[in-house]
Amino acid sequence: MADRIADIWGSRTPYGRGGLWPVRVDQALDGGLQEADIDRWVQSACVLCSNGCACDIAVKDGAMVGIRGRAGDLVNHGRLGPKGLFASWQGVSHQDRLTRPMIREHGQLVECSWDTAMGRIVARSQELLRTKGPLSHGFYTSGQLFLEEYYALAVIGKAGIGTPHMDGNTRLCTATAAAALKESFGADGQPGAYEDIDHCDAIFLYGHNMAETQTVLWSRVLDRIAGPDRPKIVCMDPRDTEVARYADVHLALRPGTNLALMHALVREVLQNGWEDSAYLSDHTLGLEDLRKAVEPWTPEAAAETCGVAAADIREAARIFGTSARVLSTVLQGFYQSSQATASACQVNNLHLLRGMLGRPGCGLLQMNGQPTAQNNRECGADGDLPGFRNWENEDHINELAKLWNVDPAIIPHWAPPTHALQIFRYAEQGSIEFLWVSATNPAVSMPQLPRIREILARPELFLVVQDLYLTETAQAADVVLPAAGWGEKAGTFTNADRTVHLSDKAVEPPGEARPDLDIFLDYSRRMDFSTQDGAPLLPWTGPEEAFEAWKECSRGRPCDYSGISYEKLRGGSGIPWPCNDDYPDGRVRLYNDGVFPTDPGYCESYGHDLLTGASIPPTEYKAAAPAGRAFLRSAEYTPPHEEPDQEFPLRYSTGRTAYHFHTRTKTGRSKPLTAAAPKAWVEMAPADCEELGISEGDLVRVSSRRGSIEVPVRVSGIRPGSVFAPFHYGYWDAGGVPGEHPTAANELTLTEWDPVSKQPVFKNAAVRVERIGGATGPAPAPTTTASRPAGATNVPATRGGPDAEASELLAAAAPPQFPGAVNSAGGRS
Amino acid sequence: MNLKIYLGMLRRTEVTLAESFVEVAEGHGEEPDVYFLCLTLARQCLTHQEKLEAVVGRYGEEASDSEPERLHAAGLSQTRSGPVGLLRDLQDLYLLASFVDITWTMVKQAASALRDEELLAVVAECDSQTSTQLKWLQTRMKQAAPQALVAAGE
Repeated sequence: MADRIADIWGSRTPYGRGGLWPVRVDQALDGGLQEADIDRWVQSACVLCSNGCACDIAVKDGAMVGIRGRAGDLVNHGRLGPKGLFASWQGVSHQDRLTRPMIREHGQLVECSWDTAMGRIVARSQELLRTKGPLSHGFYTSGQLFLEEYYALAVIGKAGIGTPHMDGNTRLCTATAAAALKESFGADGQPGAYEDIDHCDAIFLYGHNMAETQTVLWSRVLDRIAGPDRPKIVCMDPRDTEVARYADVHLALRPGTNLALMHALVREVLQNGWEDSAYLSDHTLGLEDLRKAVEPWTPEAAAETCGVAAADIREAARIFGTSARVLSTVLQGFYQSSQATASACQVNNLHLLRGMLGRPGCGLLQMNGQPTAQNNRECGADGDLPGFRNWENEDHINELAKLWNVDPAIIPHWAPPTHALQIFRYAEQGSIEFLWVSATNPAVSMPQLPRIREILARPELFLVVQDLYLTETAQAADVVLPAAGWGEKAGTFTNADRTVHLSDKAVEPPGEARPDLDIFLDYSRRMDFSTQDGAPLLPWTGPEEAFEAWKECSRGRPCDYSGISYEKLRGGSGIPWPCNDDYPDGRVRLYNDGVFPTDPGYCESYGHDLLTGASIPPTEYKAAAPAGRAFLRSAEYTPPHEEPDQEFPLRYSTGRTAYHFHTRTKTGRSKPLTAAAPKAWVEMAPADCEELGISEGDLVRVSSRRGSIEVPVRVSGIRPGSVFAPFHYGYWDAGGVPGEHPTAANELTLTEWDPVSKQPVFKNAAVRVERIGGATGPAPAPTTTASRPAGATNVPATRGGPDAEASELLAAAAPPQFPGAVNSAGGRS
Repeated sequence: MNLKIYLGMLRRTEVTLAESFVEVAEGHGEEPDVYFLCLTLARQCLTHQEKLEAVVGRYGEEASDSEPERLHAAGLSQTRSGPVGLLRDLQDLYLLASFVDITWTMVKQAASALRDEELLAVVAECDSQTSTQLKWLQTRMKQAAPQALVAAGE
């Protein structure tokens, strides 16, 4: 038995380059239960990060009592991380679950029947549509629902109501990944695969603390590091993360300066002639503009701006420029910082410069934060059109109208779909009066929380919240709908490397809770949304019918699911899309042929100016004649908009810890996870602490122009001048309101977003710190992660004890391989 | 040579446009994208003005020509408020930026006739930025117009 809180990544199973990652089956069962006690195992995949680890849920007496990894799946080869092992089932099977709908009566939420709750929603919705029209309606969904649910919601919004105001909190986690892929390659779609870890000679992690955000993927890297020919590791992160500790080069850059560093790397590659000229001339456009953009950024210039050593920049560029196979992974350190899309595009550019796409080990992973973010992007409940269609392309709109049998005019395509922060702005101004929030918690996750709370509390705003628990957001709702959770409903979802998994229903939801899909279908029926022939717009009765409808919508598009079926997803490994007649078992990597989806009739976007976000006019895009070539897009570096000053001298960034997901609605209800990271903290460097007279565990007030938090300090290895706060800690378990000592990291953050991806800038704000109380013990921060104390301390090591025990079965089976691991039966239609 | 009339006009309107961008940024601070981008674009306009300075040294600059000003490109001295106010202010910026854009085009025509490589290089750099400013204004206005004109309160 392993203590998987103390040992986040589990035992090593080393392997060499080109080898197969050995299988290790991880399993956790409810205290005292043995395998023989389990009634049945139900196939699923974990929804507590974007990795998409396949698993089987243990069921006993109609309840979820444990989990094990699926040995035969291409994603995880049997492994699970701490969140998957414990919170996946413990976070759902909890006494706090909502079991009945609620409506607000005389200021209080009171339980009611489904008929009453839905009746109230429909009455308000119909009244507003009649008096104000579709622009009065907004929908804010999640990165945690299933594909079928997003597709249903997208059809309701785009063909039932006809509102452009639909987005998800995918905007907060993955919008830049999608935007950067569209800008460079013409359409969304992850070029690389996790399997590239097995083949690479170097791994670059750009603002990606993989060790904590995708723990199982990091296990795969650790196993290569422990193998005979370890890949070089280059890490860009201002914190002393676990990734940084293994790095050959750690560029601990100043928050907000990513683009300057990327410019220097691109410049070095070009200066040293490490680019692949033949590939560039055959497969790309824009080399001269790129050269011009990076020209001022010598390693010395970037070193000055970013606060790193020029020699380290040169060495990182040399590794990129001279390694035969480089894998790049990008996440929130880039996506949630200034000039996010431009910085992420420079990573794409590095790969294009060296022609390193589509071959084993030459992977590019623009990662996702949440488990099902990819599906929201594909299905169009988030500010995209279904099937990666282009809102500026009339033919694409007509395709959708034909598919849904509606008038094309109802599909909002006169302007880009409204992004999340703009939806909240319209709600603030009163022009959106109906807001339906599903499976997410903006009252904790959005920037500048004092403002968000005011918007949610506006009496003029009719707020519907659909969730598992009475979250901070649900507490402000006019109607609360109890939803079924993971394991209580069936559906599919797709991870960050395009692998589609089926998650089957294992148990009944508690009380009257219903699957999100059923709730959306019920709303559609009650609203009488119909086709041009008067038939119901959404005639489906369950998830499999919704999936079959989605297959038709995706057919011929980059995310082609037409060859996948529920039957094909059962038994074998998850399947990477596209899956169709050309790729009957899916496709591991995209773009091995150097042909990109940039054709004007096919592309998802005509692109943007990366500095301003100005749309490139269709005529200009067509005149560039991309003909399947990729774009080398760039922008000039501009400093972050809020820089430290005398009043607020420190740089503030927010992020994650390995033990929690999002706003802890699930992980906070799992005993071993919440014990590992029970309460909020901030991390500061020893030098800054010394200057301010702060010791480990002291209570401080961290203030910005927006608000303040009061939490204990962990003296950590973070870059001096920086303050880090985990964003997970809201107030549902602390009386529901900020109270005397506010803890939510987003009390301080700035309302600002990237001009292209519209992803909020969470990783740059100016703050000041004051000590307001002495320590009562060490800060409640884990010692096993980036929040490890600096230097030698007497802070006790984070351990899980008996509640955190999980078994590891090594070499339980031969490692799965593509395509043999995929169920060859069924699927095509 | 009458080019100096246009160079003077261009320098003055770039400054007017810069001041107007700042005015709109400050008047619409509640719209963070408008606020930050207008400040960035104001700096661009001032850089254009500086780049023209070297050229003006060679051709001279005339504060006004004998033609009376019929259409005043006076800039925004004050912003409006609310969703329609934002739209109107962005539209005013669009008009002013269009004036700058077409003036660059005319200066380019003259520079081509003069085969003045230095001036052509300045035009190429600055006018492409002005053209992007126009595209951004149009993108932002197209986004704002339906909500402001259809859904916002009167």
